[in-house]
Amino acid sequence: MTAKASADIARAFHKLRVQARKEWQALKDSPKPQIFVGTATCGRAAGALEVRDTFRKLLAEGDIDAILTEVGCMGYCYAEPLVVIAKPGRPPIGYGYVTPGVAERLVKDFLLADDPCLEFALGAMEENELIPSILDQPRFKYETRVLLHHCGSIDPENLNHYIANGGYEALTKALGLSPQQIVEEISRSGLRGRGGAGFPTGRKWQICLAAPETPKYVIGNADEGDPGAFMDRAILESTPHSVLEGMAIAGYVIGAERGYLYVRAEYPLAVARAETAIRQAREAGLLGENILGSGFSFDIEVFCGSGAFVCGEETALISSMEGRPGMPHHRPPFPATRGLWSKPTLINNVKTLALVPHILRRSAQWHASLGTPASPGTAVFALAGKVVNTGLVEVPMGTTLRQLIFEVGGGIAKGKRFKAVQIGGPSGGCLPEGCLDLPIDFDRLSQSGAMMGSGGMVVLDEDDCMVEVARYFLDFTQRESCGKCTPCRLGTKQMLAILEDITRGRGTLADLALLKELAEVVRAASLCGLGKTAPNPVLTTLRYFEDEYIAHVTEGRCPALMCHDLIAYYILPERCERSCDACVGSCAVEAISPNRKRIKVIDQAKCVKCGTCLQSCPPQYSAVVRVSPPSLVPAER
Amino acid sequence: MVRLTIDGKEVQARQGEKVLWAALDNGIYIPHLCAIRGAEEPHAGCRLCFVEIEGRDGLVTACTEPAVGGMVVHTSTERVKRIVATVFELLLASHPVDCAHCLRSGGCELQRLARFLGIKLKSRRFRQLVREFPIDDSHPAILLDPNKCILCHRCIWTCRQRGIGALGYINRGFERRIGTFGDMPLAEVGCEGCEACAQVCPVGALAAKR
Ligand SMILES: Cc1cc2nc3c(=O)[nH]c(=O)nc-3n(C[C@H](O)[C@H](O)[C@H](O)COP(=O)(O)O)c2cc1C
Repeated sequence: MTAKASADIARAFHKLRVQARKEWQALKDSPKPQIFVGTATCGRAAGALEVRDTFRKLLAEGDIDAILTEVGCMGYCYAEPLVVIAKPGRPPIGYGYVTPGVAERLVKDFLLADDPCLEFALGAMEENELIPSILDQPRFKYETRVLLHHCGSIDPENLNHYIANGGYEALTKALGLSPQQIVEEISRSGLRGRGGAGFPTGRKWQICLAAPETPKYVIGNADEGDPGAFMDRAILESTPHSVLEGMAIAGYVIGAERGYLYVRAEYPLAVARAETAIRQAREAGLLGENILGSGFSFDIEVFCGSGAFVCGEETALISSMEGRPGMPHHRPPFPATRGLWSKPTLINNVKTLALVPHILRRSAQWHASLGTPASPGTAVFALAGKVVNTGLVEVPMGTTLRQLIFEVGGGIAKGKRFKAVQIGGPSGGCLPEGCLDLPIDFDRLSQSGAMMGSGGMVVLDEDDCMVEVARYFLDFTQRESCGKCTPCRLGTKQMLAILEDITRGRGTLADLALLKELAEVVRAASLCGLGKTAPNPVLTTLRYFEDEYIAHVTEGRCPALMCHDLIAYYILPERCERSCDACVGSCAVEAISPNRKRIKVIDQAKCVKCGTCLQSCPPQYSAVVRVSPPSLVPAER
Repeated sequence: MVRLTIDGKEVQARQGEKVLWAALDNGIYIPHLCAIRGAEEPHAGCRLCFVEIEGRDGLVTACTEPAVGGMVVHTSTERVKRIVATVFELLLASHPVDCAHCLRSGGCELQRLARFLGIKLKSRRFRQLVREFPIDDSHPAILLDPNKCILCHRCIWTCRQRGIGALGYINRGFERRIGTFGDMPLAEVGCEGCEACAQVCPVGALAAKR
C-alpha cells in the first residue's frame, strides 16, 4: 500500500471520528441530566423496558429536559434493572433493582428536586468525594474490563458512540498494514480462541491466510448453547460493532469478502442489534464495497441458527449453514482449509473477534502482558448459581477461582458452605474446595478435569448433590447429541441410565465401575467435541466427590439431602410446637396429623416429599427436617 | 503408491487412500459398519474401525486416516479391542436382538461382527435400552423398522446417490432415527422400491419384502 493510499484511508476515517466525537462530547458536556437504562436481555427480563417507559412518560408529562439513553449490559445481573443517572455537578450514580415506582421517585426527588435517593443507589460510577463508589467494591480490585469495557456505557445502536470511544481505529490501522503483519501481531499478542478450546488465534489466521483456494469466508460464532452462559449475547447486545470490526479485520487478513455472524435464533435482541450495527457500518463506509476507500470490500450477514448446542461445533455449524443437518464431521480437513461451501473459512468465537480491535489499537505487547504467559488476556464469565453477585465478570487470566467466587462474586449466598464450582458448561467439570486456589487459565483448568469452555460458571453449595449435578449435565448433552456417532448417542444414554439409577437408590458398586469405563470410552471414541467432553461432569464428580456416589449406592443416602427418592421429611418431636398447626394446613396430600401429644407426625406412605411443610414451619421452631436415607425416620410408637 | 505396515504385513496403497480400504484390500479385516467406498467424505459415525498408529497417541479411525508411506498400523491391540468391543456392545444393547423373526438373520452384519469380536449378541453388561418407534409397513416393497437401525447412514447415502432422497434423519440424541421428510409414510415420499437401501442395510432396519 502506498503512503498516499494509507493517508486517504486515515483521512476518510478521521472525518467519521470528528463527527462521532462531537456527538459524544456534546452528550458528556450536556447541561441536561442524563438517564442511562440497561436494556440488554438480562435487564429486560427484570423489567427494564417498563422502567424505561416510566422514565419516558414522566419526562414527557413533566416536560423535563433530560436525555434518556439505552445502554447494554452493565454486568450486575443480580441487581437488574439498572439505571445510571448523571446530573451536572454530581458524579454519575448507579441504581439497582429499579422498579417503575423507584423510577418515579428518581424523577421527582432527584431530577426535579436534588435528592439523589441514595437508598436505591448501588454507588457512584466513578471515584469522588461525595458518594461511595461502586469501584470501591472488592470485585473491581480483581476485574479488568476489556471486552466488557463499553458494555453498559455506550448506546449499542449508536455507531458514533462506538467510534468516539476508539471504535474502528483498529480497522483503519489494519487497512494500512499487510495481512502478514497483522497475523504476526495477533500471534505476538498470544490471543487464544475464546470458543472454549483456546486454539492460538494467530496460528488459525495464518493457516487460513495461506490457504490457496478462494473465495474465503469469515464466521463469527455466537451460537452459545451452554445452559447458563450469556457472555456472547451480552457483547452483541451491548457493543455489536466490536464484533463486526473484528470480523472485518479478519476478512482483510485472510482475503475474504464475506462474513457471517452465526447467532442463535433465541437471541432476537442480539440479532436485531447486530443487524442495526451492520446497516450503520455499511452506511458509514466501514463495511461493504471499498471500505474507507481502501479497495478492500467486506460485508457481513447475520445467520440465525436454530439453537442446537451441537451447532456451535464448527463443522456442524457449517453444515447447518449449507442447509444440511447440523452434524459434525471428521476433522481434518479443518474449516480453515476447507469450510463453508468447501472453501477456506475462518471461524472464531465472537469474543475472540471482539478482542482483535483492542489488540491492534493498543498493541500485542499490552495483551500479552495481561493474564498468564500461556493464557494471556482476560476471561469473561457468566457467574451463576449459589453466589451472591451473579452476573457478567471479566478478570485477567490467572485470577484464582477463590478470588473470582469469593471476592468478585461476593461469596456463597445465604451463608451456606461452598461445595463445588462447575466450569465450562456441559463440557466442563466440577471442581471442589481443594481446587479453589487454581489460577484460571486454559491449561490449568483442563488439567484439573474441567474446561474453560465458553465461560459458564455455576457455583454449588452444600445443598447440591454432585451425582444429581452430573446427571443434570449429562441429561443435557445426551439430548443435544446429534446422534451421528455410536458412543455419544448410546454411551451417554447408558451413562445417564446409570446415574438415574444411582440417584434413585438403585445403583450398585458395579455400576460405578461401568460408569467410569463408559466415560472413558465415550471420551476416547466420540467423533466430535460434544461426545469427547460430555463425560467431564461425570469424571470430575467421580474424581472429587466419589464419597457421595458411594453413599448413594451403598447406604441409599444422599449426603446433600437432594435426591428425591433417598430422602424423607421428618418432624422433630422435641422441636414441634403443640399449639402450631402450620404444617398440617400446608400439606396438600393431608399426610400430616397431630398425635396424642399434639406433636405433628408425617405419614410417610402419604407424603409426596414436596417440602411445603418445611417451608411452612415457623423459623423459631424449624421442626421439619429432611433425612437420608428415609429409614432414619423412627417408627411411630 | 506408498508402502505401509498393517499388523506386521507390508502392504501397498495409493497415497492418501484411507487405511481402512488399504487393509481390506490386503485381506486384513477391520470392523466397520458405516464406511462407504467412494463417498466424498467418510461418515465416521459407527466408531468401530479404530486402529493404533505408531508415533501417534490415541486411537484413530481407519476410515478417516490417509495412508502415508512408512506408516505402521496395528488393528487389534488391547486398547483397540477394548474400545471397539464396548462401542459394539452399545449398539447391541439398543438393538432388538430378535434374530429368529428378522428377515435379515443370516446376512446380518451385527451377527458377523459379534462372531469376529467374540461377543455374545445378548450382552448383559449394559442396560437394554431399546427404542419403540413405529414400524413403517406402508410401502409394497420395503419394510422400515427404525428400532433395528444402527444409524450407519448407508441407506441415506445410497438413496441420494440414486437421485431419490426419500430417506433422512429425524430427532436428536437417543431418539435419532432414520425416517422420511416430514415423517410421512415411505409409500408417499417418492420411494420407487428399488431396494438399494435394503441391499446396503447392515441389519434388518430396511428389508425387501420379497
Ligand atoms: C459441542 C460443541 C459446542 C460448541 N459451541 C460453541 C459455541 O457456542 N460458540 C463458540 O464460539 N464455539 C463453540 N464450540 C467451539 C467451536 O467448534 C470452535 O472451536 C470455535 O468457534 C472456534 O473459535 P475460537 O478459535 O475463537 O475459539 C463448540 C464446540 C463443541 C464441540
